[in-house]
Amino acid sequence: MPSTQTYRRLYVWEMPVRLYHWLNALAIAVLAVTGYLIGRPFTVGYAQEASFQYWFGTVRFLHFMAGYVFLFNMLVRTYWGFVGNRFASWDKFIPLNRQAWRDIVEVLRIDILQTRGTGPIHIGHNRLAGLIYFVTFFIFMFQGLTGFALYGPMSHSVFGNLAAWVVPLMGSEAVVRQWHHAMLWFYVLFTLVHVYLVFYHDYVEGRGTTSSMVGGWKFEREDRLDD
Amino acid sequence: MPRAGNSLWEVMREKGYSRRDFMQFCTFAATAAGLGTNASAAVAKAFEKKDRPPVLWLHFQECTCCSESFIRASHPMVADVLLDAISLDYDETLQAAAGHQAEKCKADVMKAYAGKYILLVEGSVPTKENGVFCMIGGRTAEDILKEAAAGAAAIVAWGNCASYGCVQAAKPNPTGATAIQKLVNKPVINVPGCPPIADVMVAIVTHILMFGRMPELDSQGRPKEFYSRRVHDTCYRRPYYDAGLFVEVFDDDNARKGYCLYKMGCRGPLTYNACAVTKWNGGTSYPIQSGHGCLGCSENGFWDNGPFYRHLPSFPGFGIESTADTVGLTLGAAAAVGVAAHAVSTNIRKRKLIHDQVVEAVKDTPDSKEVE
Repeated sequence: MPSTQTYRRLYVWEMPVRLYHWLNALAIAVLAVTGYLIGRPFTVGYAQEASFQYWFGTVRFLHFMAGYVFLFNMLVRTYWGFVGNRFASWDKFIPLNRQAWRDIVEVLRIDILQTRGTGPIHIGHNRLAGLIYFVTFFIFMFQGLTGFALYGPMSHSVFGNLAAWVVPLMGSEAVVRQWHHAMLWFYVLFTLVHVYLVFYHDYVEGRGTTSSMVGGWKFEREDRLDD
Repeated sequence: MPRAGNSLWEVMREKGYSRRDFMQFCTFAATAAGLGTNASAAVAKAFEKKDRPPVLWLHFQECTCCSESFIRASHPMVADVLLDAISLDYDETLQAAAGHQAEKCKADVMKAYAGKYILLVEGSVPTKENGVFCMIGGRTAEDILKEAAAGAAAIVAWGNCASYGCVQAAKPNPTGATAIQKLVNKPVINVPGCPPIADVMVAIVTHILMFGRMPELDSQGRPKEFYSRRVHDTCYRRPYYDAGLFVEVFDDDNARKGYCLYKMGCRGPLTYNACAVTKWNGGTSYPIQSGHGCLGCSENGFWDNGPFYRHLPSFPGFGIESTADTVGLTLGAAAAVGVAAHAVSTNIRKRKLIHDQVVEAVKDTPDSKEVE
C-alpha cells in the first residue's frame, strides 16, 4: 500500500439522477405519511362541524398529488436509464453476467458478513445495491398500479383509469387496498436499511458516498481506477 | 308456457287493467330501468307489440334472499305485473307445479323457445366431488345450468352467490362453489349483492324485456346503471369523511351525531352499488343510514375480507388479529435491531481498516504550520 494516495474526483450522479432521487424521497415520504393516515386516521378534536374542516380530504389530496409526482418522476428516471451516463444506465441494475453475480456475493461477504477482503470497488452502485434497486422498481410499479387502480373510480380522466384492470385481476378493491397498504412497510424497511448503508459505506470507505447524491461527486483512489 | 302473440299489454287487458294502468306501468318501468319518463312511449310500444319471452329462474346453492328481495320491489305494480305476467315458467320457490310436472314445463320451454328465453340464476354451483353438494331431480346443478344456459337469450346471475360465489365460496370453499360466469360460455349479467336491491333486480328484468338486449355492463359484468358508483361517493355521511370526523366506537357521541363509519370498518369506499341512492324497502333506509357500516356484500370476496368491524383486514398467514401494520411494525423493529447490530459489528470487525485509513489520512494531511 503506497503511503500517499492520490484521489480522483469523479462526476458520478448527473443532475437528473440526483433530482430524481430527492423528488422520489420527498414523494415517498409524503405518500407514506399520508397513506398511513388514510389507512388509520387519527382522532382529531370533534369540536367543529364538518362544514368547517376538511383535513382528511386534504390528506387524500396530498396523497394523490404525490402519487402523480412519484409516477412521472419514475418515468423520467426510466428514460434516463437509456440516455444517461454509464452509472445511471439500466444495465447497472440487472446482473446479466456471471461476474455480476460474483460481485454480489463478494459485496454480501465483505459488507454484510463483514469478512476481510479487498473486494470489488464500484464507483456507482455496487452490484448488490443495483439488484435491490431493480427489485424496488417492481415494487414501485406494483404500488403505482394498485394505487391508481384504487384512485381510478374517483377520476374521470382516461389517465386515472389506466390501471382499472388491476381490480378484477386481484379479485376486489379490498384485496388491492390490503396489499397497497401492506407495501407501505416495504418503504419503511427500505429507507431504514438504505440510509444506514449509505452511512456505513461513507464511514468505512471514506469516498463521499453521502454527499455524492447532493453534488454528484465521488472520490476514488487512482490506483484502483480501472474501469 | 306463454301462448304465442301474447304481449304484456294483451295479458294486462285480459286481467282487467285499464289502458291508463298500462301507461302508468310503462312509465314506472321506464323510470325503474333508469330511462326517465320521456321513454315511456317507447316502452309502451315495446310492451304492446313484443311477445313476452319466457323466463326460467334456477335455484342452486343460495338462501333465497334474492327471491325474497325481488318479491318486495317497491313499485308494487311493476313487481305484480312482472310476477303475474312475466311468464315465469319455472321457479322452484314460486311455481305452483312440482315434481315431474314442473320439470316437464321447463323442458318444454327450453325446447319451444330455444335461443329466446331468459335465464335467471340464483345461487352458486358446486364443482367439487362431481357436484354432489347440490342435486335437483337427480341431476347436478352444473348439469342443469349448462343445459339451460345453452339455449338462453340472456343470463342473469342474481346476487353475490351466482356472481362471485359468496359465503359458500369462503375459504376453504368445501363444495367448490363457483360463479355462473365461470361455468357458461356466454356473457352473464352479474347483479351482485346479498341480496341485490329489489328495484335494481326489477329494473334489469324490465330492461331486458323492453329492449330485448342486455344493459350496458362494466368490466365485471355488472350493469353500469346501478354499479358504477361507490356507496361511499353517494353516501350522505361523506362530508364527515372528508372532514375527518369518525365514529370511534359504536354508541359513542360521534355515532349519535351520525359521523362517518370508516373506522368502524365500513366497506362503502370499496363497494359499488346503488344502496345510498335507491335505498331499500321502498327508499326507507340503507345500512349506513341505520348506523351500521357497509359490509360490501356486492363485492367479490367480501366474505373473506374480515373482520367486518375493522378498517384494515387481517393479514393472511399471520393470525386473525394481525393487520398489515402489526406485521410491518414488527419487521421494522427487526430491521432496526439488525442495523444497530451491524453498526456495532462494523466498529469491531472493520476497526483495523478504519484505523489504518485514519492514520494514513492524518499522515497525508499537510500540517497547517508547515504550510505556513
